[in-house]
Amino acid sequence: MTLIKTQYNRRSFIKVSAAAGGGMLIGFSWLNGCKPNTPEPEAGVAMPKEWFEINGYIKIGDTGMVTIYSPNPEIGQNVRTSMPMIVAEELDVPWENVVVEQAPLNTGWYQNQFAGGSLSIRLSWNALRMAGATGRRMLLEAAAKEWGVQLSDLTASEGVIKEINGERTVTYGEIASKAVGIEVPKEVELKGVKDFKLIGSCIKNVDGKKIVTGQPLFGLDFHRDGMQLAMIQHPPAFGMTIKDFNEAEIKSMPGVKDAFIVDTTLEEPGGFDEKGFKQLIAIVGESTWQLMQAKKALKANWETTGELESSEIHVKRLEKALVSGEVQESRRDGNPEAAFKKAAKIIERTYSAPFIAHNTLEPMNFFANVTEDSAELIGPTQTPEALEGSVAKLLNLPLENVTVNMTRIGGGFGRRLYVHFGVEAAAISKKIGAPVKLIYSREDDMTQGTYRPTYRSVYKAGLDENNNLIAFTVKGAGLPEGPVFPNRFPAGAVENYSAEKIKAPTNVTTGAWRAPRSNFTAGAEQAFLDEVAEAAGKDPIDFRLELFDRAIKNPVGEKHEYEAERYAGVLKLVKEKADWGTTKPNVHRGVAAYFCHSTYVAEVFDMVLNNGQPIVEKVWCAVDCGIVVNRDAAKNMIQGGVIDGIGHSMYSQLTFENGAPKQMNFDKYQLIRHSQAPKEIEVFFVENEIDPTGLGEPGLPPAIGALANALYKATGQRHYHQPFVTEKQVVG
Amino acid sequence: MANFNLKINGKTQQLDVDPTTPMLWVLRDHLKLVGTKYGCGISQCGACTIHLGDNAVRSCQLPVSAVGNQEITTIEGLSENGDHPVQLAWMEEDVYQCGYCQAGQIMNASAFLKKNPNPTDEEIEGAMNGNICRCGTYTRIKKAIKTAANSKIA
Repeated sequence: MTLIKTQYNRRSFIKVSAAAGGGMLIGFSWLNGCKPNTPEPEAGVAMPKEWFEINGYIKIGDTGMVTIYSPNPEIGQNVRTSMPMIVAEELDVPWENVVVEQAPLNTGWYQNQFAGGSLSIRLSWNALRMAGATGRRMLLEAAAKEWGVQLSDLTASEGVIKEINGERTVTYGEIASKAVGIEVPKEVELKGVKDFKLIGSCIKNVDGKKIVTGQPLFGLDFHRDGMQLAMIQHPPAFGMTIKDFNEAEIKSMPGVKDAFIVDTTLEEPGGFDEKGFKQLIAIVGESTWQLMQAKKALKANWETTGELESSEIHVKRLEKALVSGEVQESRRDGNPEAAFKKAAKIIERTYSAPFIAHNTLEPMNFFANVTEDSAELIGPTQTPEALEGSVAKLLNLPLENVTVNMTRIGGGFGRRLYVHFGVEAAAISKKIGAPVKLIYSREDDMTQGTYRPTYRSVYKAGLDENNNLIAFTVKGAGLPEGPVFPNRFPAGAVENYSAEKIKAPTNVTTGAWRAPRSNFTAGAEQAFLDEVAEAAGKDPIDFRLELFDRAIKNPVGEKHEYEAERYAGVLKLVKEKADWGTTKPNVHRGVAAYFCHSTYVAEVFDMVLNNGQPIVEKVWCAVDCGIVVNRDAAKNMIQGGVIDGIGHSMYSQLTFENGAPKQMNFDKYQLIRHSQAPKEIEVFFVENEIDPTGLGEPGLPPAIGALANALYKATGQRHYHQPFVTEKQVVG
Repeated sequence: MANFNLKINGKTQQLDVDPTTPMLWVLRDHLKLVGTKYGCGISQCGACTIHLGDNAVRSCQLPVSAVGNQEITTIEGLSENGDHPVQLAWMEEDVYQCGYCQAGQIMNASAFLKKNPNPTDEEIEGAMNGNICRCGTYTRIKKAIKTAANSKIA
């Protein structure tokens, strides 16, 4: 058991208690037809008549039903299940008594209300546990006061408080009304990891039934009577702006209520205000189909104000940057140049990857209702706080007059860290003086930017006459940011090492895309190490383990960003689970391991050729993310990451001509499909008691390395340039 | 604009709408049946899959004027209590991540299983290839389809 100081101050709890009477949270059920308070028919408890706010996370009903507020945006990473599980664990209530509600943005009650960097669980682990533990403690104190006994005379478990040496029992539901006035404890006792009942088990997605029955959960599903619909048109190319358009004609079209140019330029944009185009044509009307027809009828005059870039320009710019670009960040250990002079073998390879789009399956959308002195925003955002700030700036409103509520989100991948579509909805609502839901078409979504940058890196390794790795260098350039983490592996494991992260300009807008930079770096580095191991005549896993051994026993340089034991640990686990070293006829194996977002993942791929087409038969994943919160859902995240990694490195790219992406929809832009996915993906976790880290991103990066290495074994050709399927060497 | 009487999920719906409007938007905008999703609008992603009679079709490419007397079933009408074998199998396998594509996946899988109650892996892949899952739940979808197939036989 751990004693831990509560990090809540008195004030935040007073605010929360006030909510019980003031109804600030109660009745917060804004999504039409979606009634998160309604228990499923199979729920074990009746619907309460009265609810009691215990704190910002917990509301207990007189029947013992417990509402747990999930603070963070749900983008498919399943935090709406796993975050409440953590609260319920420490509160100690039966899971069947729990209903989950999405919390609104509230910086006074919650911390880190965003979905990004695989950080939801990692950053909120303590806060969620304490919310549950303080709730349990307050219920216990209320019972102790009621019965005139000491706290130490009582115990609480599964939603029931018992006298240790007596007969009396009381349920949380029965005592909840008395717990509301209890002073928030200064210290609470947390459970020992060994005592966890919910954490580490498999709890099904709380929204499962709503998803399979098509309930209105997503931003695009949101409806409010009296709201208008809006669509936008942005310039056709980066480097262009809008001059004017056939406004009168568009306004006269059936179902169109208004059409105008909207400007969302902010004087002091924040980090999540990245956006391809600030001036847009907005068309407002009653139905999506009529708006789509109006968009087709648009005749706009565009003005070229910047360079109209092409993929050829991008490649040349990256090549030039690798020679003479601006170094953003670097590291140097020993003397790589001297070591290369002494080396018996030198291997140098260049890797590249194109711009790619996020392509969340739910296109960008947002609801906004702006009045003279307030703005209400509802929709899919990974960063509600950033959206609140940007809308407040745009409308010149105080922050407290802007509210943001989060719907379930049809995919994030980093795309919805950027808030422009919510800001645009607010600007349109202000202009028309009515509530509005902005909808992007797929083409709007795919062509407006915030892409994964395009990258190009050169890796170089030197082996001595005994095939020891004596020098390793990497230079990586990106538009606009280089894909190099100077202090990551193999930093610390090689005597002579250098890493340079180089930037180069583009007017194509970019942003964080699932596992930023790691989504390229892992594949390049792990494919390169595979080639180096082969040149050294060593097994690829043994070769890596030797390097980790060096980093453990005698690390090079002042620091590195990984724990070599845990890195080696996942490689050893995957080696055992995949029975590495055995061979099967016509089955080709590749391995990779990577550390990012505080989590270690190693993967082994088994590939076969089916009529010349590479098919991944089976994948083994070994994961060290500390404590696993929701086991089967955690596996789902890793499986999805593997498929996403294969898909984007194998098939996906945006190419540019005259400033515009040539791929605008899924007919030209390839996403991985059923028949291209692995047949089976097994996931194994390293069991330990380390505080949990995230899983949204770390499964993806190593998949690209393992894929490239298996492809080499299957085809005899190394693949250096993504997407692999367009490379001439690729079969099929 | 024109008047249509549509048979949707066992009920007759009357509406006055532009005859070129795809069923996707008739369902979503006019009838507030938003379980059917918009993903691409060009029948490439399958998120908008509904049943026209016994066939899975892409509602983004089906103009309301082409429906006539044919029965339409959407995800909301697949079963009364969310207990169609395919829906149960999806919950059993905890398939979804973001969940946005899953209505389309389920509508496609349920129409497919009706015609081929005991499919091979290759047949499942062939039938489901038009439905994109951006989160990458393909291995779970395949498992759920097999679970549903087995439950129907049992």
